[in-house]
Amino acid sequence: MSSVDRILTTPLHQMHLDADAKMVPFAGYEMPLQYPLGIKKEHLHTRENAGLFDVSHMGQIKLTGQNAKQALETLVPVDIVDLPLMKQRYAVFTNKKGGVMDDLMVTNIGDDGLFLVVNAACKVADFEHLKSLVDSGCEVELLEDVALLALQGPKSCEVLSKFAPSCSEMTFMTAKVLKIDGVECLATRSGYSGEDGFEISMPGHQAERIAKLLISDQAVEWVGLGARDSLRLEAGLSLYGHELDQQHSPVESSLTWALSKTRRLGGERPGGYPGDVIVMSHLSEGTKVKIVGLQPEGRVPVRDGAMIENGAGNRVGQVTSGGFSPSTGKPVAIARIEVSCIDDKSNLFALVRDKKISVSVVKLPFVKQNYFRG
Amino acid sequence: MSIKYSEDHEWVKVQDEDLVIIGITDFAQEQLGDLVFIELPEVGDECSRGDNISVIESVKAASDLVAPVSGEIVEVNDRLADEPELVSEDSMGDGWFIKVKLSNVSELDDLMDDDAYQTFIED
Repeated sequence: MSSVDRILTTPLHQMHLDADAKMVPFAGYEMPLQYPLGIKKEHLHTRENAGLFDVSHMGQIKLTGQNAKQALETLVPVDIVDLPLMKQRYAVFTNKKGGVMDDLMVTNIGDDGLFLVVNAACKVADFEHLKSLVDSGCEVELLEDVALLALQGPKSCEVLSKFAPSCSEMTFMTAKVLKIDGVECLATRSGYSGEDGFEISMPGHQAERIAKLLISDQAVEWVGLGARDSLRLEAGLSLYGHELDQQHSPVESSLTWALSKTRRLGGERPGGYPGDVIVMSHLSEGTKVKIVGLQPEGRVPVRDGAMIENGAGNRVGQVTSGGFSPSTGKPVAIARIEVSCIDDKSNLFALVRDKKISVSVVKLPFVKQNYFRG
Repeated sequence: MSIKYSEDHEWVKVQDEDLVIIGITDFAQEQLGDLVFIELPEVGDECSRGDNISVIESVKAASDLVAPVSGEIVEVNDRLADEPELVSEDSMGDGWFIKVKLSNVSELDDLMDDDAYQTFIED
């Protein structure tokens, strides 16, 4: 292997090895797929107690400058200008065709600064994309030597407040600087499991110390990428490369809720981002396809890539994420399918190893989201 | 009753001269993780060594059960349809997969004995 494609590790790599994690390559990093507890139990533990996830592979980007908010609005169909101080918002980068380049979290951290968390696999491309904002007077910094820990689950706040009591004042999608064992961290009350919880950004060299504090609590277990995926699937949350891709607009991926009113036709600042004409036409005229939840009949897991057919045997869509849901004890799937076959309530089937599995369109999420809104 | 092992981590228990029971080893089920669904072949199906005869779905992914021997499938463990966890709980017992009437008994000689299998998985 050349030094160019050397596999990267996070500041918590040794802790994962010590915890006997099964490590796998993911987005250029060696990451824990699961720990000895196993995916199913890690998943259920997060739903009932608290799970600790190392998500340091994700990109943490700081955007600063007097015009930073206006500048970022030229890349996302989301209201950033009116994002209040220490509030967080979900956004997507669109391409010229209105497709999705990546999804991200944006936090207004004050002093003309925005803090962005982007997907690991996209972070280099996102960083290059953001550099176009340098012309409008912004500084863009892909933070190095930082770690990101997610503490997720109903006991997250109880655990974190032992080390940083003021975390209990936070509500869903807000941010706060917390001092954990003397270390200043930027925490947001958010995550990607569908549960209440926190994502905590910290200096890389302090990460092990803070992770050890959190994992020492008996309510907390390490949780790997396997359960991270099944948790977000049950919570009906989109994943880049699955529900979201360069070929489909946010509307075709059922992310209409994330497109701010101010940036739509008739809003204060309509359009002005890549592919705006296409995205806005999708909003006004509707789309042929969208993302829906599917409940397969029986026990056979219907996985990513499975084709969806109607009763006449015509292909009407494809599964974007699918697997077994530990919380419901049943298989669950998310698919992009033709809107027409939802409207006429067609009988739908997923093809698994040439067998037809009956599936019904259901509302997402599969498991109720438990965010703390105060 | 002798037990043999395949490189695909199946155990083959010789029950009668040409009748064997087949399942997956404890090592295999541990590697697969939590099992959620098992698709078995039909009784009466013929299999050749190397055929994919069954699908084992774990939380993570789907894997194939590869026939370690050739013959006719004479019985399948129907309990696995609703209780795939039997394989994790008792891989060498209640978690058996199929019984096969061998068409070529000499294929058993190509399988590993217990010592050879233990060495195989340690490597």
